[in-house]
Amino acid sequence: MPVEPLNETPSQTAGPYVHIGTYPSSAGLNVRTQEKPNVLAAASTKGERIRIEGAIYDGAGSIVTDAMIELWQADADGKFPGIWGRAVSDFKTGLWFFETVKPGATRTKAGAAEAPFATLMVFARGINIHLHTRMYFADETAANAADPTLKAVAEPHLQKTLLAARATRDGQTVYRFDIRLQGEGETVFFDI
Amino acid sequence: MENGEFYRRDRAWHPPGFSLDYRSTSLRSPRRALLSLGQSPADLSGPVFGHGMLDPLDHDLIRNFGTGDEAIGERIVVHGRVIDQNGRPVPNTLIEIWQANAGGRYRHVRDGYVAALDPNFGGCGRVLSDAEGKYAFRTIRPGPYPFRNNGSDWRPAHIHISLFGQAFAQRLITQFYFEGDPLIAKCPIANTIRDRAALDMLVAKLDLENQGPFDHLTYRFDIVLRGRRSTFFENRPEGN
Repeated sequence: MPVEPLNETPSQTAGPYVHIGTYPSSAGLNVRTQEKPNVLAAASTKGERIRIEGAIYDGAGSIVTDAMIELWQADADGKFPGIWGRAVSDFKTGLWFFETVKPGATRTKAGAAEAPFATLMVFARGINIHLHTRMYFADETAANAADPTLKAVAEPHLQKTLLAARATRDGQTVYRFDIRLQGEGETVFFDI
Repeated sequence: MENGEFYRRDRAWHPPGFSLDYRSTSLRSPRRALLSLGQSPADLSGPVFGHGMLDPLDHDLIRNFGTGDEAIGERIVVHGRVIDQNGRPVPNTLIEIWQANAGGRYRHVRDGYVAALDPNFGGCGRVLSDAEGKYAFRTIRPGPYPFRNNGSDWRPAHIHISLFGQAFAQRLITQFYFEGDPLIAKCPIANTIRDRAALDMLVAKLDLENQGPFDHLTYRFDIVLRGRRSTFFENRPEGN
């Protein structure tokens, strides 16, 4: 018999009430109300302040209003362990956001330069195993052109699903990143 | 030393994105194949949570809603071990749980099920595994409840559980069920998992010997997260 590792515990959907366990105040519970897991830049955090926001669309183009989104990114120096965050889609508008700092450029294990990016994971009702994607910064044109992951994605119309556009609103830098779960403009999701 | 990449996720062992009988998947499952990537430092690292963030009652859902009174229902303790695919403990990892109350009702602004809320039950808890990967929490057994799917389908009693592991590549959110529940075999969500042996990993087993005498029943639920490859000889002339 060949050597077989143990089987991983299988995934199940996080369900429509994912908020209770992961962001209880958003579900209406009066617990852990001091925790703001989507506000990640403290006064002492080094780096350029940015807001990342977006909406999630389903295969019919409807906005998903019950998702939970996690973020994992390098700090401003490109170092890990980095910055972790968690946001939920607004129950009415579907908009989610993180207040964070722009991550620094990182390197793969083999030493290749990676463009700055944030890993995002989507958990929701109807998603049997979380979806893993990466958000890149559209204004990092040169770094993006050399990034090994974006190169692996190859086709420009697919690469586009991973790029967040930079804008300024009320003096704040905002990157917009919409996620399309299915169909036209479907976001590239990864098997890592 | 296990410092290589994590083993590939067996996507046939996990439920597929689209499951005909679980209708919510029909518009929320990607149509394109996932893109396979090598793992980078972002995937090989993850957030670290410490005891500092935990409240002493976070692992006691019978009392942690903070009213001073106890939740109604069948009192249970759930315990187990978090290990990886190589059988090694996953220590100090954050475990988050959420569940319905004994009547099958969630304390959530969007749950309109007719069953009553329990004024003393929130349904939210968390705990860190110890140095050997062991964890335990106290709660009440949640009730089954109906959901709109193929008409009125019923969820078996279940508890949602979220694990971080030691790297983001190990991230897992799942649900576990209770041994002997006839609704498991009928549940379209449980049955998104195609392999019977895989589903059986999500069934907590009655652990009668570890009951709290005259107080609570105990269930055992062990969790396996992705394992890591060894990197033999890599910059290690002495081997590993």
